[in-house]
Amino acid sequence: MRLELGKIRITDVQFGEKTKVENGTLYVNKKELIDIAMEDDRILSVNVELARPGESVRIAPVKDVIEPRVKVEGSGGMFPGMISKVKTVGSGRTHALVGATVLTCGSIVGFQEGIIDMSGPAAKYTPFSETFNVCIVIEPREGLETHAYEEAARRAGLKIGAFVGEAGRDVEPDEIVVYETKPLLEQVAQYPDLPKVGYIHMLQSQGLLHDTYYYGVDAKQMVPTFMYPTEMMDGAITSGNCVAPCDKVTTFHHLNNPVIEDLYKKHGKDINFIGVILTNENVFLADKERSSDMVGKFVEFLGLDGVLITEEGYGNPDTDLMMNCKKATAAGAKVVLITDEFPGRDGKSQSLADAVPEADALVSCGQGNLIIEFPPMDKIIGTLDYIETMIGGYEGSLRPDGSIEAELQIIIASTIANGYNKLAARTY
Amino acid sequence: MVKEIERAGIPVVHVATVVPISLTIGANRIVPAVGIPYPLGNPNLGPDGDKKIRRALVEKALRALQTEVDEQTVFED
Amino acid sequence: MSKIKVVHYINNFFAGIGGEERADIPPEVREEAVGPGMALDAAFGGEAEIVATVICGDTYYGENMEAAKAAILEMIKKYSPDLFVAGPAFNAGRYGVACGSVAKAVEDELGIPVVSAMYRENPGTDMYKKDIHIIETEISAADMRKAVPKLARLGLKLAKGEDVGPPEEEGYHVRGIRVNYFNEKRASERGIEMLVKKMKGEEFVTEYPMPVFDRVSPNPAVKDISKIKVAIVTSGGIVPQGNPDRIESSSATKYGIYDISAMDSLGADRFMTIHGGYDRAFVTENPNLVVPLDVMREMEKEGVIGELADYFVSTTGTGTSVGNAKGFGEDFSKKLVADGVGAVILTST
Repeated sequence: MRLELGKIRITDVQFGEKTKVENGTLYVNKKELIDIAMEDDRILSVNVELARPGESVRIAPVKDVIEPRVKVEGSGGMFPGMISKVKTVGSGRTHALVGATVLTCGSIVGFQEGIIDMSGPAAKYTPFSETFNVCIVIEPREGLETHAYEEAARRAGLKIGAFVGEAGRDVEPDEIVVYETKPLLEQVAQYPDLPKVGYIHMLQSQGLLHDTYYYGVDAKQMVPTFMYPTEMMDGAITSGNCVAPCDKVTTFHHLNNPVIEDLYKKHGKDINFIGVILTNENVFLADKERSSDMVGKFVEFLGLDGVLITEEGYGNPDTDLMMNCKKATAAGAKVVLITDEFPGRDGKSQSLADAVPEADALVSCGQGNLIIEFPPMDKIIGTLDYIETMIGGYEGSLRPDGSIEAELQIIIASTIANGYNKLAARTY
Repeated sequence: MVKEIERAGIPVVHVATVVPISLTIGANRIVPAVGIPYPLGNPNLGPDGDKKIRRALVEKALRALQTEVDEQTVFED
Repeated sequence: MSKIKVVHYINNFFAGIGGEERADIPPEVREEAVGPGMALDAAFGGEAEIVATVICGDTYYGENMEAAKAAILEMIKKYSPDLFVAGPAFNAGRYGVACGSVAKAVEDELGIPVVSAMYRENPGTDMYKKDIHIIETEISAADMRKAVPKLARLGLKLAKGEDVGPPEEEGYHVRGIRVNYFNEKRASERGIEMLVKKMKGEEFVTEYPMPVFDRVSPNPAVKDISKIKVAIVTSGGIVPQGNPDRIESSSATKYGIYDISAMDSLGADRFMTIHGGYDRAFVTENPNLVVPLDVMREMEKEGVIGELADYFVSTTGTGTSVGNAKGFGEDFSKKLVADGVGAVILTST
């Protein structure tokens, strides 16, 4: 499968008469976006606000973040099985508005949503302090059941993300990157002397606000499968979760998976990137055993020399991570794990809930228990009402002057375990 | 917490879904629970079915407490 | 700018009072630098000065720890120092343990920055390296000339509240604490580099060696549970409606003890779950799924168990550090023992 990704660099976002991109500025028509969200009668009201890097703005509680993209050529549309028809994607040409996002926030669903600060000391922990964010603030119908609210907000975000992405259809990209993965035997034959590497991508699949979707299928219901890396770039995987804000793999992060991006950079040079093994993190022990057994089977069958494994979440999925590590090693591959850590606020406890001796090569995405100071911000998009019950928050977190003291894990994607950030941890 | 209770001299059984974590952490008597969102029961079976499962699990836990062990033991069926 | 005030702690030997035969002297204070304190004073380069030296016999400290510690803290308080330095103890075991113990108490109870120095095999090093910074020294006092400047330099940093760098740079023993920093490269890139090395059989360094969890021997089995009081403890985050103790949804810093004496079942109207790590819909409707009060009350009435404790203990398991969980366990276990609880069922999601 071969995909040309056309990157259109966005350097500002403004409200305008028409939703379009002109000279690097994304203009959005507020009413058009609101109308799209309001198509779902589970939603009571919607507002749209803009947040730019450097502004004194805090956004909370954030549910999902989406990069606006559009399929220009090739089969299928963005987010297949969710808002586009089910059709295999990942080939042809896709345009992306790089530097812009659509994000959903508003009344809380669970307590797993997080914060984004656009400036100040907490801003450096999230990638979204550097993007131009179109914030969709959603208010659900009174008494709307939580599962229904989550779905309504999710769909609104994806639909608006795709709508805004359309603005990039006829724009000449600033940069075009070509990604190609051939069918297995051809791919192996292309670089016969390079080690065959696969990426084991674990998806959060544990229930309300802990779900992920593959072509619209709830990952809880999947068994491990194989995919071409470029399918992710067209939104084959979408996020329905906020497992803990710091760890959350937003839809933006699925579209921009860093392991895939960096494996392609080394493809044909140091490694032969074969493809992605997709698996889940279920809440039943038998499912964990089954999925990891099948991951091991894939590693063996594909003849992989090495694999990278990323996890979403912490706690019980640490067991899935270790099972995958153990069985991939037994299947003959060298394994490297990428994960974040939770050693307690003082950094003195064990960082993971589970451990196996085969996990001797691990890259850290930082520890999420550290206490951070968030100064007051001039403008709040969404609400701070829930800070103290959000993950990472606690009694006394929110001060009357609007400043916050909370654990790092309350910031969206701060310790994301797919390797996107430069935050790491070491032992002192 | 399991180990501190054990250290205080009280026999303790860990009824947990993610048995590998219980093993890694070091619990000595372990009874596998049903699932993460419903460890002691199964609401999908209706109130009677659910309670039956809960009862059976607690009975197994009590049996585990009354069984001598000298190393970590998982009490499967 | 006024000088940083330092109180220094040394033992009978380094104070020049005497060797083993004087290891039983109780704590005393001299308002000046004594013994190695003089070299330490010089090493501060005028930025700090030792205003008092506390001297204590190693044997006296070891045999009267609580009393000695209390007395020493009182002595130190008087000077309101900005920094407390203990040692260097090199490989002297009782001295090292005393240094660590006093320094930890000063840090915890007086909130003053502390620093010490010992050899790696000194038992005080392993015992206290997580609590305080301990400069690495060689095995004997012959290393004094090298140890003192390192001790002074780190001490000044701590006193001024400056950021402390990694162990290799500052010269202290690795403490085992995980600390965040921003790397030049993102984690995915570092992961791939590590994988390429591992596949080639080249050396690589893992960024996090697998943790070790300690073990405790199992208690003997209960002989007859129908004669025993059983208590329920849970990490599933079950709390009374409204979460009156404000237990966190993740990374709990506290636990709660909740009365169930008059109940036959955990009602959804009276209880809820605040655990942020699982889909709470089922447990919200029926909290007995995590704290099985309904069946255990029946079993109590039937005589299957001797008695059910009047309360259950609860906290949130997800993201909660092992250190905190250990602390809770130590704490509430005392109550369980005092209340005659003979067995515990601990439930986790």
